[in-house]
Amino acid sequence: MSSWLVLTLLQAANPQLPPASTSVFVIATVIKMIVVFTILMVGVALLTLAERKISAWIQDRHGPNRVGPHGLLQPAADGLKNIMKEETYPEKANIALFVLAPAIAFIPAMLTFAVIPFASPLPLPGVGLIDMVVAPLPIGFLYILALTSLGVYGIVLAGWASNNKYSLLGGLRSSAQMVSYEIAMGLSTVAVLLVAGNVALNDIIWQQATTVWNFFGLTIAFLIFLIAAFAETNRLPFDLPEAESELIAGYHTEYSAMKFSLFFIAEYSNMVTASALLVTLFFGGWDIPFTLWDNMAPWSVWKTVLTGLVFAGKVLFFLFFYMWIRWTLPRFRYDQLMSLGWRVLLPISLAYIVLIATALLILDLLGIRPGAMHGTILGVVNLAAAGVLFLVLDSGRVISPASRRVREDELRRLRARRERSPLAVPGGGD
Amino acid sequence: MAIGVKVVSRPIEQVSYMRATLKGMALTFKHLVNPHKVTTQYPEEKEPISRRWRGTHRMLTDETGKAKCVACGLCPQICPANCIKLVPGEDEEGNRYPLVYEIDEFRCIFCGYCQEVCPEEAIHVGRHYENAEYSRAGFVYDLERLTAQTHPVCEMWDPADPKGE
Repeated sequence: MSSWLVLTLLQAANPQLPPASTSVFVIATVIKMIVVFTILMVGVALLTLAERKISAWIQDRHGPNRVGPHGLLQPAADGLKNIMKEETYPEKANIALFVLAPAIAFIPAMLTFAVIPFASPLPLPGVGLIDMVVAPLPIGFLYILALTSLGVYGIVLAGWASNNKYSLLGGLRSSAQMVSYEIAMGLSTVAVLLVAGNVALNDIIWQQATTVWNFFGLTIAFLIFLIAAFAETNRLPFDLPEAESELIAGYHTEYSAMKFSLFFIAEYSNMVTASALLVTLFFGGWDIPFTLWDNMAPWSVWKTVLTGLVFAGKVLFFLFFYMWIRWTLPRFRYDQLMSLGWRVLLPISLAYIVLIATALLILDLLGIRPGAMHGTILGVVNLAAAGVLFLVLDSGRVISPASRRVREDELRRLRARRERSPLAVPGGGD
Repeated sequence: MAIGVKVVSRPIEQVSYMRATLKGMALTFKHLVNPHKVTTQYPEEKEPISRRWRGTHRMLTDETGKAKCVACGLCPQICPANCIKLVPGEDEEGNRYPLVYEIDEFRCIFCGYCQEVCPEEAIHVGRHYENAEYSRAGFVYDLERLTAQTHPVCEMWDPADPKGE
C-alpha cells in the first residue's frame, strides 16, 4: 500500500512518465473517447456542409447560405429534419436486418478511429503522460484492416434486407468492390510495415519522423492506398454501390429519416478515418515536418496542441482532396472498376512489395542502418519505380476502352475495312 | 460481336486517363477559387425583366382615383381565353362604368390583347411575376384589386420601333 502511494506521489511529481494506476488509465480513456467521438461527429456534420459548399464553388455556385451565417447551421437543420421525418419500412423487408444494417455500417466507421494517434502525448501534472490516442493498440494497423472490412456488411445487409432490386444490386456491387480493393489496400501497406518494421501506428509515425515521410519513400504504395481508400469508402469515382443514375440510390434506396442519415454519417466518418490513415501511414501522422523536437521528450501541453493542429490540417487536406476528386471525375464502368482493381492495382502492389523487400534486404546486407542515408536510397529507388510506373500507365490505357473487348485480329480487320470504305477520309484518324 | 463497328485509333495524349484526370482537377480547382459565381440571390437580387413583359393585370385610374374603364366591352370581346368578366353600368350623367370587372388570372394566357384593344388605356398587363396566393379564388382579381396594383405596366410592341429603342 505504502509503496503504491510512493509510486503515485513520484508520478505526481513527474508528468513525463505514463500513469501507473488503472483507474487513471480508465478515466483518461473514457474522456478521450467522449472527446474524439464528439469531434468526429461534429466534424462529420460540418463535412456534409463542406461537401455541398465545395461542390457549389466548383460549379460556380454559392452553396447553402440561408441557414445561419454562410449556411453554417445547415447541418443542424438537416439533422433536425432527419429526426422529425417519418421512418418508412418496406412491407416485404426483413425488418430486423433492415434496422440493424445502418448501425452495422456506422459502428465500424466510428471504431476504426480509435487506434489512430492524433497528437503527441499529453503530460498532465499530477496524473502522468497520457497517450493522445483512444486505444494505443500494439497491433494498431491490423485492427484497422480488420474493422474496415466489417463496413461492407452494413451495406450488403442493407441491400439485401430492403427487398428491392436496386438495393440488392448496390449491395452486391459494394461487396465485390470492397473485397477487390481491400486486397490492393492491404498489400500496398505491407511496404509501409516493412519499412517501419512494426504494425503499431505510433512506431510508423516515429519511423517517418526520423527518416522521411513514406510519401517520398513509398510513393507507389501511397497511390495504390489512395485509390483503394476511395474505393473502400464508396466515393466517386468508385461510388458504384449507390450510383444514382443507374441504381436510384443503391443500397439505401428504401431508407428514410435517421436511418438514411446514418449511412451518410458512416460514409463521412469512413472518409475521416481513411484520411487520417493516409496521413498516419504516408504523411507522418502528427509529425511536424523538418523537425524532431516535436517527436521527443520532454513532452509539453503546447507541443500536444501544435501537433494536434498539424494532424488536423493534414487530415483536412485529404478530406478536401476527396471532395475535389468527387466533383471532378465521372463514375467508372463496373468492368473498368474490376479490371483496375484486379489487373492493375493488385500486380503493381505485389511487384512493389518484392521491390521494397529486395531493397531493404540489400540495405540490411550492406549494413546501412535506418537514417538519412537509408531514406535517400529508398527515395531514389522509389523515384525510379514511380517514374517507370508513370510512363507505363501513361502510354497505355489503364481503363480499358470498349475496344479492349474485341480480339486483336478482329480489331485489325475492322480498321482495314474502315480504310477501304468509300467514306474514309484520306489519312484516317479523327 | 457487332459487325462493322468503327474502331478509331487515338493518340496517347487523347486517351491517357492520367493526363485527363490532372487536367480535369486543374479545371475544377480553377473554378473553385473563381470568385465570380453565377447564382442570382433571388429574393435579395432580381434579374431585370423585359419592358414588354406581360404579367398580371393592372387597371389605371384617372386623377380622381376612379378606374379609367368605360365598360365598352372590347376586352372581354377580344380575350381569347375568355377570362374577363365585365358587367357595364351607367351613372346619372350617362357615363358608362364597370359594375363588375373581374379577371381570372388562372385562365389568362397573358397575350396582352386587352391592353392593345383598350381605347381608354385603362387595362394593362403588368411587368410583375411574383403572384402567390393561398387559394384559387385569390387569383380572380376584381376591380378594387386591379386598381390597387402599383407595379409598372407593359410597354406594348410598337411597329414603328420594333426593337424598343
